[in-house]
Amino acid sequence: MYLIVAGGGKVGANLARSLISHGHEVTLIEQRGDRFEMLEEEFEHQVQRGDATEVFVLEQAGIARPPDMVIATTGDDEDNIIICQLAREKYGVPKVIARVNDPRNQPHFDLLGISPTVCATLSLLALVEHEVPEHELVHLLELRKENLEIVEVQIDQGSPCVGKAVDKITLPAGSQLISVVRNGQAKIADGDTMLEAGDQVLAILEPGKTDELKRVLLNKR
Amino acid sequence: MKAIVIGCGRVGSSVAKRLDGEGWDVTAIDEKEEALNRLGANWTGGFVVGHGMDDGVLREAGISEADAVVVATDGDNTNLVVAQVAQKRYGIDCVVVRVLDPARAEFYAARGLRTVCPTSTAIDVLTESVRACEIPQVVAEEVT
Repeated sequence: MYLIVAGGGKVGANLARSLISHGHEVTLIEQRGDRFEMLEEEFEHQVQRGDATEVFVLEQAGIARPPDMVIATTGDDEDNIIICQLAREKYGVPKVIARVNDPRNQPHFDLLGISPTVCATLSLLALVEHEVPEHELVHLLELRKENLEIVEVQIDQGSPCVGKAVDKITLPAGSQLISVVRNGQAKIADGDTMLEAGDQVLAILEPGKTDELKRVLLNKR
Repeated sequence: MKAIVIGCGRVGSSVAKRLDGEGWDVTAIDEKEEALNRLGANWTGGFVVGHGMDDGVLREAGISEADAVVVATDGDNTNLVVAQVAQKRYGIDCVVVRVLDPARAEFYAARGLRTVCPTSTAIDVLTESVRACEIPQVVAEEVT
């Protein structure tokens, strides 16, 4: 595949190197002069200097071919949004991927339809929360395209669901239980599965239903 | 009528003062508190310190009730993203955005943003000014 990686910081440079070693054709774009010189020693003609939000820089990098994919990995969320919009809407690039630096900017990417996105901070946060012994609800995976997400809920002693079978629980519309982990053993949840205190339950649901799910499973919101 | 001016530099502050003088209820937003000084000692409009990408800041400035939004920070990409947020999330029809790069200004204008490009204006005016100069016509000497 032919890919443009916009932003030659650590993320972009490591990505470009990996893509090249997997046999892909890559053009890396970096704006800062000192950083560019460093990258040029390694990437030679595969790195180009310039501001990847400038149309002529993108065109020099071959965006009009167009590439199979553009990946915006700069340290600036506004720049990543603009790079993706230009790539997709001006040049018809079929697939864009954007890095989100500040998780508070995620709603802007969503609003403008920039997807998929990758946010290292949010991924780390989810992993940390998963390890917190007494967590209530953790977002494990977002399936943006499918408009679904997978969450983990810890059933506590006070939960109204303790001792109930799954098919006796009225779950919010647009949500379903996937599995139950008890004493380190995972089982697929079916209608007869009984919930117990301490269970870790995986659920799949439409975004925005998490409060309802918490109310049903934990009697909390 | 309520206007929000995001980016209170030389341009933003002047736009804010003019609109205020014409009876608009204006709130300015800037990352730097010192930007308030640009609005003058008699400024009675609103002023919020913060970044235009921050929804909390936009709401504090009253974006939900705004009739017009002017986006004029010193970053083209910030301006373009903030303008789209104002238009798409808050449904504001009158969003005017300063974009220094003519290529991006043209692209986003075609997508429905009211972009204003001072660079294009400068190019047009400068070219026109040269054309308007009265330069004595040099009669071409015939080459023999």
